[in-house]
Amino acid sequence: MFRYICKRIVYLLITLLIILTTTFFLMKKLPGTPFDSERFSLLPPEQQTQMLEKYGLNDPVIVQYGKYILNVAKGDFGTSFFYSGQPVSGVILGRIGPSALIGLQAILIGLSIGLILGIIAAWRHNSGIDYFTMVIAVLGVSVPNFVAAALLQYFIGLKWGILPVAFWESWKCSILPSVALSFSVTAMIARFMRTEMLDVLEQDYIVTAKAKGLNQFKVLMRHAVRNSIIPVVTILGPIVVNLLTGSLAVENIYSIPGIGSLFVDSIKTNDYSTIMGITVFYSSFYIFVMLVVDVLYSVIDPRIRLASNGKGD
Amino acid sequence: MSSLLEVENLNVHIKTQLGIVKAVRGVSFSLQKGETLAIVGESGSGKSITVKGIMGLLPNNGKIAEGTVFMEGKELSKLPEREMQKIRGEDISMIFQDPMTSLNPTMTVGKQIMEVLHEHHPEFSKETLKEKAIEQIRLVGLSNPETRFGQYPHQLSGGMRQRVIIAIALACNPKILIADEPTTALDVTIQAQILDLMKELQGKIDTSIILITHNLGVVANIADRVAVMYGGKLVETGNLRDVFYQTAHPYTKGLLASIPKLHEHNQQLFSIPGTPPDLMDPPKGCPFAARCPHTMKVCEAYMPEYTCLSETHKAACWLLDERAKEQGKDGADNA
Repeated sequence: MFRYICKRIVYLLITLLIILTTTFFLMKKLPGTPFDSERFSLLPPEQQTQMLEKYGLNDPVIVQYGKYILNVAKGDFGTSFFYSGQPVSGVILGRIGPSALIGLQAILIGLSIGLILGIIAAWRHNSGIDYFTMVIAVLGVSVPNFVAAALLQYFIGLKWGILPVAFWESWKCSILPSVALSFSVTAMIARFMRTEMLDVLEQDYIVTAKAKGLNQFKVLMRHAVRNSIIPVVTILGPIVVNLLTGSLAVENIYSIPGIGSLFVDSIKTNDYSTIMGITVFYSSFYIFVMLVVDVLYSVIDPRIRLASNGKGD
Repeated sequence: MSSLLEVENLNVHIKTQLGIVKAVRGVSFSLQKGETLAIVGESGSGKSITVKGIMGLLPNNGKIAEGTVFMEGKELSKLPEREMQKIRGEDISMIFQDPMTSLNPTMTVGKQIMEVLHEHHPEFSKETLKEKAIEQIRLVGLSNPETRFGQYPHQLSGGMRQRVIIAIALACNPKILIADEPTTALDVTIQAQILDLMKELQGKIDTSIILITHNLGVVANIADRVAVMYGGKLVETGNLRDVFYQTAHPYTKGLLASIPKLHEHNQQLFSIPGTPPDLMDPPKGCPFAARCPHTMKVCEAYMPEYTCLSETHKAACWLLDERAKEQGKDGADNA
């Protein structure tokens, strides 16, 4: 297991380097400079050159790339152009909190409701609750989360005034965005759980469990759920990451100072170092979550052996 | 009667999208204490559905349409699910056909054995449960019971897994063990070992066995009594000797003739021509009429009653009917 994880971390670094390189060169293809375009164009040409010189933007792209990679290797992601002079890592860290809180809450809500719905739907196949779950699943996947966010904001926040409409002042502010984000999670997890459970409930070992005299609840919980959960764990990886990136619209609607809005702003302003910083952050987070998912597999299903461990059997 | 299990006119219907399949049509038999009854028949003859009906483990779309199942005076077919759960695993256990898929892949062998013990003996402590589970693993002849206890099914071979399944089934010393084709998925040498194990354990814990199989070799090896099923009906029942040596029903004769014989070389294997009847729309008369070499007009129109050939042996065939014997002579002349 340890060797496997070490190997995966090496792969992680290689993957990151490839992502960094691609993003770096693509980003340089974007028109414009990190500086305010109107005011920058008013400056005399020698001052323009001076400014570009100061930030090393006059060097050939390949030199800039080399310098950047060296700095990253030292753990220095540079300073933001937009948030004048603040280190990028600081800017990102300051914005992670709200996004992480909303994302985490959305996953917890979606996971628990989704699992329960999926299990009941499969258990009571072709019943009212099964159809209800399928409707929820289709709605949850097809209705974009910003529509849900806007509706929730209008009714619960504005009309009934139960929860804050927007802004980031107390924990209460995180409820509506979390709920808005959780819909699609609920839908996806319910659907995957239901499909897999239906399959598992047909398996011979479920009949064995019934023949032992277990009641339906025990059959479901001890024998069906654990064997059905692998696909859910699989999609949970992308979901976790998606909630951080995809929360962009929701963060905007609720005026939350999260990492999603930071990402968009950085692209709009050609804030090179911030774009790169967030890319590194997202990609390493994604790859890390994938690693966790793969390790979880082997914990859930003993038949799955992690690669370097496989020889013994 | 002092039978352990009494099945009377059991009818099981299975609802499908195309219509209702009458999978079991009026099956009656009894099981005595300590005996082994083999239910023989080809695929789709209703053997498995019969025992699933007894266990109350029919699929969701199946139900007992008619008939009763009594076990020691209790009518199983009328018991509420909760009561039935107490009986399953404790009084009646079941072994399944495919050991590769009948164990939960994510649970250790030990846990799966302990689970059934715990269910029916909640008073046992964890240590007792573990002890008994290991004892059970030893009983079914697996080496290193302590190691096996902590292993997962995928770490065991098919034969070993079938032994584990037997260990689970016999953990609570059931009165009846239902074995649904327990050796079909195993290779031949392992088949013999599993049958020997079942016979040995039957002696030890004094259980009755209902063995479902299509393998007459297995029947000859282990059964006391044989019930032959065809098209959802029992066509012949009797002691092992009755059925094998005084074979009465043409279907049973066909089955016996289909066994490959080692001493006859270059012989084409015998098979019964035709296919089993469609139980969605079962024939009015004898289900075997369409494939029987001795079909008479009456066979297609009316289902024959059972003819008792001896105290233990009966078969449902018009050829055995009193009236048919005289008619048969004429028929033979005409033919």
